[in-house]
Amino acid sequence: MKLVTAVIKPFKLEDVKNALESLGVEGLTVSEASGHGRQHGHTEVYRGAEYTVDLVPKVRVEILVSDAQADAVLDAVVSAARTGQIGDGKVWVIPVDQVTRVRTGERGEEAL
Amino acid sequence: MSLQLVGAATVSPGDTAWVLMSAALVLLMTPALALFYGGMVRAKNVLNMIMMSFLCMGLITVIWVIYGYSLTFGTDVGGGILGGLNYLGLEGTLDAVVGPEGSHIPMLAFSVFQLTFAIITAALLSGAVADRVKFGGWVFFIGLWATFVYFPVAHWAFFFDGGNGGWIADRLHALDFAGGTAVEINSGASALALALVVGRRMGWRREPMRPHSLPLVLLGAGLLWFGWFGFNAGSALASGQLTATVFMNTQVATATAALSWILVEKIRDGKPTTLGVASGAVAGAVAITPACGFVTPMGALLVGAAGGAICSLAVGLKYKFGYDDSLDVVGVHGVGGLVGMISIGLLATVSVNSAGADGLLYGGGAGLLGRQLIASGATLAYALVVTAVLAFIVEKTVGLRTSPENEYAGLDISEHAESAYDFTGSSAGAFAGVGHGGFGHAGGSGTGTLAPPPSTEGNS
Repeated sequence: MKLVTAVIKPFKLEDVKNALESLGVEGLTVSEASGHGRQHGHTEVYRGAEYTVDLVPKVRVEILVSDAQADAVLDAVVSAARTGQIGDGKVWVIPVDQVTRVRTGERGEEAL
Repeated sequence: MSLQLVGAATVSPGDTAWVLMSAALVLLMTPALALFYGGMVRAKNVLNMIMMSFLCMGLITVIWVIYGYSLTFGTDVGGGILGGLNYLGLEGTLDAVVGPEGSHIPMLAFSVFQLTFAIITAALLSGAVADRVKFGGWVFFIGLWATFVYFPVAHWAFFFDGGNGGWIADRLHALDFAGGTAVEINSGASALALALVVGRRMGWRREPMRPHSLPLVLLGAGLLWFGWFGFNAGSALASGQLTATVFMNTQVATATAALSWILVEKIRDGKPTTLGVASGAVAGAVAITPACGFVTPMGALLVGAAGGAICSLAVGLKYKFGYDDSLDVVGVHGVGGLVGMISIGLLATVSVNSAGADGLLYGGGAGLLGRQLIASGATLAYALVVTAVLAFIVEKTVGLRTSPENEYAGLDISEHAESAYDFTGSSAGAFAGVGHGGFGHAGGSGTGTLAPPPSTEGNS
């Protein structure tokens, strides 16, 4: 099992959700996040005083998938989240040792 | 502006109605200022910012009725420096009238109109010490400040009594229609002293201190603009030809300054901003305040253009000199007031107001300009020194500066046990494609770093 984590532009969340749904992904977790990559934020000017806003609002999407699904999910998220502009975000995949569904106690891929 | 104390006589209904209406307009400027300032601070301090203004509406009114009106407009004690105690508790004012023959208004109409000036001038100071003052300390300070700074200076500038009134208005004969000295320069200089005594905010210039709600700032600025018609045109204390000139001049200067401020921004920073257009409007209204009854509408246009442009640069001075006048009371009110007072020395003409004088550009010579500078300089020096002493006394007794812990947590929680905005329970639907309000969280200090403003880098 794998955990796919994507940090994306907030307005791309709908597109990513739709792409995952069409792949048959049943569940996902979404949270608000902020951060920056190589673009290092943006500047704002108030009464002539310049502020560098280096943490930009982002959305973090986490999806638990089977090993077989991992590459397809990764590709789907990347293509749905891409605008081609700076600040599109990152997606990474890490192995997961164990998963349990709380309600039934099912374990492993049964719990996905 | 002209005021002669006379015995009971018939009042002019039209003039009285306009002055009472103007008093209501000027009173609205204080909650307007509360929004203007409240939007500019961080979300954790907005209630405290608003509360400082509302406190002035309460406290200054009580003081005014008991002794403030008397110290300001009581019979001069000598030399035009302070009013006497003959109107304590507004005793003897109920059937008195003020104003020239034919335009008598009730003394209480004049008194409540002037009260609203005292309220907003006191409230203006709060902008210099945003985010870091104990509320109890503010209450003591502002009561002392009204007593020892506002009432005397307003007496100098506003009290006419046939040559026995305040020294600026009635003896020096400097021209100040609606408060370039007593309100604008006075608040600006006092703000500087207060900011210096209280000290800079924690993290000033290192942490971001962006306005948390620009729509509040713009709503406040719009209501200030509206109320300013009462402030300036009401200062005619009559409803007639001059009142209409003053009204038009107020509109012209305010509008022109809103444009000139954002023009500077466009050239210097690349983008015109909403904070800039709001600040420019206020700077223009400030600059025309003393001049509105003495210059032509084309003169007002020049005053506004100069006020907006000069103030937009003056707000950068605090970075150069290192004082944290948080919301630019010095740069907008102090400097804008000076621009207005000096402009009278250049642009005043008796064709607008026969009670005025001709400025340098209308063949009146440099005498008027000199008198304007004396009035401005004396107000500035007195306000600076006395306010510094009062702030120091309050800091050493009651305490003005809050603790670092409370400052970090925010004054809304630490001084008032309230939060302006409830963010809990809003996350479920909050980010349907629009992201989150990263720096809006109550108690959060935001993200990012503050770089030096481009304007001051070039100067230093």
